[in-house]
Amino acid sequence: MSGHSEGFPKKHIVGFLGSMVLTIAAAWAAVGSGLPTPWIIASIMVMAVIQAGIQLFMFMHMTETESGGIQVGNMLHAFFIAAIIIAGSIWTMSFGYAHNHDDGGSGEMEMENHQDMEE
Amino acid sequence: MSAESDLTTGPLEYRSHEDRMTILGFWIFLGAEIALFSTLFATYAVMFGRTAKAPSPAELFELPMVLIMTFLLLTSSFTCGIAIHEMRRGSLKGLLTWLAVTLLLGLGFLGFEIYEFVHYAHEGATLPSSAFWSSFFVLTGTHGLHVLLGISWASLLIVQLRRRGLTQVTSRKMFVVGLYWHFLDVIWIFIFTSVYLIGMVV
Repeated sequence: MSGHSEGFPKKHIVGFLGSMVLTIAAAWAAVGSGLPTPWIIASIMVMAVIQAGIQLFMFMHMTETESGGIQVGNMLHAFFIAAIIIAGSIWTMSFGYAHNHDDGGSGEMEMENHQDMEE
Repeated sequence: MSAESDLTTGPLEYRSHEDRMTILGFWIFLGAEIALFSTLFATYAVMFGRTAKAPSPAELFELPMVLIMTFLLLTSSFTCGIAIHEMRRGSLKGLLTWLAVTLLLGLGFLGFEIYEFVHYAHEGATLPSSAFWSSFFVLTGTHGLHVLLGISWASLLIVQLRRRGLTQVTSRKMFVVGLYWHFLDVIWIFIFTSVYLIGMVV
């Protein structure tokens, strides 16, 4: 057991400042950077994963006790499952999007915009 | 440290084997929570853009409000970490003070979220408005309910901490509540990024 329970909470303060910087950087990347959209999405997702790591390692003491390895492995497994569920769902449902059915597909938003302009 | 033995040194919450196993069990629960939220994120991603006749997210999302909510929850996660730090220093007063700050920030977050939902409803975006808004409100609403549950849980624990002080059992309970609270911020980071920021970009 490491002796970080005494004194100044350096790890927490470093983690907090890091999180704030990453939050502001992600917001700027999204609305102020003018980067191509895929680059924006990739960069802000990377910053989100780093922030999650700050929470897990610096705030939640994930590696403590003899269960630390199990806890880290369990979190990696959970994020792996989450990535497959989310990416797999997007991939599966991406087929047929191009057909623009009249029941509310991605084409309908464009039609809405045209209507707005006509009004 | 051998796995089965009880300890006489180190943080109170890790002293008994049973408490260490409880904390490990809570980590496994958090893994299941991540899987649960991933299904809501997946639904949201699939429904993205399917706003039907309701306003689009780009019309309604406002960065200043989202940043305020993010900083409230982020700061509360930090103060919760400080509360655990104080607990490990043996300071009940420090723990209760920082935990109270944490819960006030959490209440502030909830207040903004409720205001946000009401505002969207006035603009014509409610749960039944469209597939997109259904998935949006279910995802963010489930997170908001978790925050509400965390506040209630920690409030009850404050009563117990005041009555019993810092024992192995109350320390373990507090540590588990702390894990839960940090976890809420982990989920929010991904809501902030993949719902609000991407919603404003795409």
